[in-house]
Amino acid sequence: MRGDRRLFSGLDFSLSSGTFVQLTGPNGSGKTSLLRILCGLSAPAEGKVYWESADIRSLGEDYFAAVTYLGHRPGVKDELSAFENLRISNALNGVEVSRDDALNALERMGLAGRESLPARFLSEGQRRRVALARLLVCNTRLWLLDEVMTSLDKGAVGLVRSLIEEHLNRGGIAIVATHQELELSAGVNQRLELTT
Amino acid sequence: MLRWIVWRDLMLAWRRRSDMLSTVFFFVIVVSLFPLGIGPELQLLRSIAPGVVWVAALLASMLSLGRLFANDYQDGTLEQLLLTPQPLYLVVAGKVLAHWIIAEVPLVLIAPLVGVQFDLSRETLWVLFVSLLVGTPILSLIGAVGAALTLGLRGGGVLISILILPLYIPALIFGAGAVEASIIGMTPAPHLYLLGAFAIVSLLFAPWAASAALRISLE
Repeated sequence: MRGDRRLFSGLDFSLSSGTFVQLTGPNGSGKTSLLRILCGLSAPAEGKVYWESADIRSLGEDYFAAVTYLGHRPGVKDELSAFENLRISNALNGVEVSRDDALNALERMGLAGRESLPARFLSEGQRRRVALARLLVCNTRLWLLDEVMTSLDKGAVGLVRSLIEEHLNRGGIAIVATHQELELSAGVNQRLELTT
Repeated sequence: MLRWIVWRDLMLAWRRRSDMLSTVFFFVIVVSLFPLGIGPELQLLRSIAPGVVWVAALLASMLSLGRLFANDYQDGTLEQLLLTPQPLYLVVAGKVLAHWIIAEVPLVLIAPLVGVQFDLSRETLWVLFVSLLVGTPILSLIGAVGAALTLGLRGGGVLISILILPLYIPALIFGAGAVEASIIGMTPAPHLYLLGAFAIVSLLFAPWAASAALRISLE
């Protein structure tokens, strides 16, 4: 429910390790709302979300340790450099990343040579890449990605695809809201289409 | 964890030093306007000094409170903070501690200097310093609740003043009371003890209330 409007109802599904769900639907169909409910930021009007057969409301912080959510807004601080952004956001998530690991992750995201530039000098796509670099160093099992492909070039979209494939091969789960078709060669591919 | 969040906020504040300095300048200017406006009537200046300095500190902290969560809210880092695997009140406590260091400690340090304009004795200046040192954490703590409640609202700046300034009244009464007691030659200790008790109570409840308000604001 958003305002007085019912976005979706009767939604019931369970996902096992190595599953990829592509969440599609027109603008305003509730993709973001569903992802925010799944990550625990919003509470559903009715129903519950279970993680390893426990209600995520009762798991609280233990659930957050298993989830990485990347939203519309990249969550990158303008005043901090790409390197600082990555290290601090990981430290706050309880994973302290070594200097080399952080630099390697940024290099793989194509940000070599720009690690120490304040993020306000980066382009929109590059800031998005800084946010995505978190996926390389976090060790969470559930990824919830909301429109992370916006303002990314073709190379970066390919990179995101291979990141998700690696994640699925490790036994992770990924739910990705996107308008672009994403065909993966790994894991179980599923599609959830929301309608207005 | 607490260390990281404090360090992060201090670093962000350092890279935006102008925000921090504007709060201090506001405080200094507001306090200095009174002696300039009233003129050299020492008796009158001495008697209004505690109230003026404390009210200026309250107003100055209003200026910086709006930014406590708003910047993180705009760029999406607040969502990420809500999803960290630590109790949210620890995150809030870290941010409040950083806010106190950034916005209140400079006021506490400079208050004895601006207090000289009111012809306060050395002993009274010392009491002024201690009362602000004990009292300003209350401003950051209670202010955080208001900042969390008004997050993302239009005109949040005015709303936060209406919401929070009344809650500052006990801190104002006992803080200014301690300085007044010292001016008339009495011991400021009872006022300071009450101020300290109020600070402890807000330390217990405010981070918890602010984190509940944040969850509602971001839902």
